[in-house]
Amino acid sequence: MFAGFMVHAWVVATMVAVVAGVVGFFTVLRGSAFVAHAVPQAGFAGAAGASLIGISTFAGLGTFAVVSALAIGMLGKRGRHDAVTALALVFMLGLGALFLSWSEEYASAIYALLFGEVLGVSTNQVLATAVLGVVCISAVVILYRPLLLSSVMPEAAEARGVRSHRMEMYFLVVVALVTTMSVPVVGALLMFSLMVGAPGAARSFTDKPLGALGLSVGISVAIVWIAIAASYETDWPVGFFVGVLGAVFFVTGRGWAAWRRSGAGRVERARQPATGPMRFTTATGMNTEPT
Amino acid sequence: MTGVSAILNGIFEPGLFTSEPVRVAVVVGGVVSLVSAVVGVFTVIRGQSFAGHSLGDLGTTGGSGAFLVGANPLWGFVAFALVGAGAMELFEARRPRQRDMATGIVLGAGLGIAALFLYLGTTRSNTTGATITILFGSMFVIRASMIPVFVLLSLSALAVVALLYRPLLLSAVSPDIAHARGVPVRTVGILYLLALAVAVSLSCVTIGAVLSTAVLIGPAAAALRLTKRPGLAITWAALIAVAVTWLGILLAYDSYYWPPARRGWPVSFFVVALVFVVYLLADLASRRKARRQSAHAVARREDRVGLPGDSDRTGPAGLGAR
Repeated sequence: MFAGFMVHAWVVATMVAVVAGVVGFFTVLRGSAFVAHAVPQAGFAGAAGASLIGISTFAGLGTFAVVSALAIGMLGKRGRHDAVTALALVFMLGLGALFLSWSEEYASAIYALLFGEVLGVSTNQVLATAVLGVVCISAVVILYRPLLLSSVMPEAAEARGVRSHRMEMYFLVVVALVTTMSVPVVGALLMFSLMVGAPGAARSFTDKPLGALGLSVGISVAIVWIAIAASYETDWPVGFFVGVLGAVFFVTGRGWAAWRRSGAGRVERARQPATGPMRFTTATGMNTEPT
Repeated sequence: MTGVSAILNGIFEPGLFTSEPVRVAVVVGGVVSLVSAVVGVFTVIRGQSFAGHSLGDLGTTGGSGAFLVGANPLWGFVAFALVGAGAMELFEARRPRQRDMATGIVLGAGLGIAALFLYLGTTRSNTTGATITILFGSMFVIRASMIPVFVLLSLSALAVVALLYRPLLLSAVSPDIAHARGVPVRTVGILYLLALAVAVSLSCVTIGAVLSTAVLIGPAAAALRLTKRPGLAITWAALIAVAVTWLGILLAYDSYYWPPARRGWPVSFFVVALVFVVYLLADLASRRKARRQSAHAVARREDRVGLPGDSDRTGPAGLGAR
């Protein structure tokens, strides 16, 4: 399991898991799971296009990911965010279908892009992943406070001079970078499971932002390690284990939260009025049409 | 994916509609996109686009599972979409952001299972083509015997939406008011999600997962940019969806000799491109309308600022003359 060809897989998967844990934390906090699902698939269309005209799939993937993220951000400012994301997603997938119909590539190459190929990672890919990973983490560290504030309390953030829409655009670009970094090695679908499952579970365990962030990274790394080991043993795809483990951790987290609430219900109820209505209004505000 | 005829041959049993496959595509595509668009207006109003898309992916997972065990794919689609809808609703997701997360978790698990099914499918049958088929345009055969079931399921999805018309809208616009008026918000939500699951799995099984989301969300989102009235929006969405689907089929048919591959461009590309263009046009129209309205509003406000009886709009000069 730790033979030479597996070392790259372990290293890359761990890096991807750490970044997914960090960026995924904000994804879940901002309710941007759909974007995290759409942008990697858009990147996939870019990769299909790049392989068609014979340039690096990495470049095609990155370009399409960033362009689609920016398009979602700009169109989403006026229209309904989720509907715009859906439109961008299907448009990109349609483009991908067009590129695929033109190319003579074997389907297995496409399969690898969607579901990843952790076991075939080269040294160059490890380096590229590491560089992009460092960029993503530094971006999140620099933006940490304004991003957190605009995610949890958009109104308060605006009052303090944080431009919510600009934050949204920065965040979308970070998601696009994460996509570019992770899709070639772990695939579009697996990355999404990691970015939602681990932080979703972590949030059930603690309310403190830094604690949840750390826990999210921990759970994400644990999911990836278990998944690779299980995949190595059974020969089943890594993506299956990541997806199912994400859901298992999430359900465990929910169960633990419910159990704790029943035990310490009074504390929880005392805290509810302070956070409940505020979150509720911001969340509904997100989905109502600006008039 | 090699042109319109292949897709049609894949969708319909050869020999049944030998005379006019395109005409059948027009009929089935039209019906499916009509149902999707009507259901989709509520999906967009309720902010459940992500759920609508995820149910399609989940249904596709079910379809590949059914394919694997040799069962009828339609049941795989419907069963997985319904189970997915139930699972999403299970995580008491009342706030939109929580709902977003719950949808994501269910979708993540579903995609993982899809990866497994595809793996099992490829290792057993040794064809990777199934992956592409499942994602970009479903080639699953609808048997002639299934058509009554198909019609029945689409009608039931429409019936749920028609019966719940008012409570659905009210609980989407303001859950609190709906609750105060005695609308069982949660039950309405679950029933709607189940109707959505049925509608989406039907469109997935006929036109593929990508197009399913496209005709569910695209026409509805464009219609809601054009008008705020739900009834009118439903009409617009249905018209746009059917027009876009038919035009897409026509273009794909025409593209058979187009470069570079000379074997036809995929229908899904034409339909999503048309949907996207329609949305952008609707967005542009609504922005122009908004600008006109705000200009009127400013003009009216200036009128009102003027002193009573002072009807001329010269502003400072008029005031000064007084």
